[in-house]
Amino acid sequence: MASANDIKIDDYVDITDVVCPVTFVKAKVAIEELETGQILSVHMNGGEPLQNVPRSMKEEGHRVLKLTANDDGTYDLIVEKGEEE
Amino acid sequence: MAFTGEQLERYSRHIILKEVGAKGQRKLLNSKVIIIGAGGLGSPAAMYLAAAGVGTIGIADADEVDLSNLQRQIIHTTANVGKAKVISTKETMEAINPDVKVITYRTFVSSQNILDLIKDYDFVIDGTDNFPAKFLINDACVMAEKPFSHAGIIRFQGQLMTYVPGRGPCYRCVFKNPPPADAVPTCRQAGVVGAMGGVIGSLQAMEAIKYLLRKGELLTGYLLTYNALTMEFRKIKLPEKVKDCPICGDNPTIHELTDYEMNSCGGAF
Repeated sequence: MASANDIKIDDYVDITDVVCPVTFVKAKVAIEELETGQILSVHMNGGEPLQNVPRSMKEEGHRVLKLTANDDGTYDLIVEKGEEE
Repeated sequence: MAFTGEQLERYSRHIILKEVGAKGQRKLLNSKVIIIGAGGLGSPAAMYLAAAGVGTIGIADADEVDLSNLQRQIIHTTANVGKAKVISTKETMEAINPDVKVITYRTFVSSQNILDLIKDYDFVIDGTDNFPAKFLINDACVMAEKPFSHAGIIRFQGQLMTYVPGRGPCYRCVFKNPPPADAVPTCRQAGVVGAMGGVIGSLQAMEAIKYLLRKGELLTGYLLTYNALTMEFRKIKLPEKVKDCPICGDNPTIHELTDYEMNSCGGAF
């Protein structure tokens, strides 16, 4: 299995400073800037964002590659951008 | 153009939508819509388009706010009676959303000024209350190749259709010529339920937004009618573009705009 170190991250967004639904909005705006196949790392809190952001990313056609729990209770979600509509 | 934190929050319910997203919201912010008539139809259309973050909104109307307008023209307030409608409209739109640049034209549209008024805009909303203005807007939009939303309301009834150059019939294909002055009752004589402007004017805003986003199906080639008393919407398929339509047909006979005679009810519905 790939470790975070094997994945080349193209962009990074921190959504720990906002609350739902702006969490997903901020992540969505960040991934829209990327090209198909590029990788976004999303730094987020547990709870609602953890529940909603990975699911919403999948619903939009992106691929969730990895989710890492950090010691401080935050998470890092690694997402590969899917095809544009 | 990067969104500010405030914009991400303001437009979050748009950006979340797959059909809008950040790109769509940027499109809206970079779009220009002109609303002709700051009345019953123009009020909700202007408010929703401002709220949606349509970046530049023009508003044309020559009238002042009258107490009898307030039953349906919800963009104006009692405190603004006597004030120019375009100013009252601008104030409300800017209060809703300071992102929006509002350009006011305190004038009736005429054959002399309409092409100049609409030339810089992506979409035109007909919020007028009289046939001369409706035919003028149609003819000018066909000539200038501008998409527009037509609508009309009276009593408990409303209707709308959307014209997009090269797609489907224009207003004149369907309705030919204005009726003789005073052959049709005006709002002033016939009355109108205020909420009718809310229903139909909001649908006009929705058509504009879909057009700007290039999403969904527009009312091109259809007339949507609404009867509030029977609570029926009808989407009526219109004939294809009329080949001998004097304005959008194969050999147009109208080469210059005309000001038809106005009936007694001027101003916006």
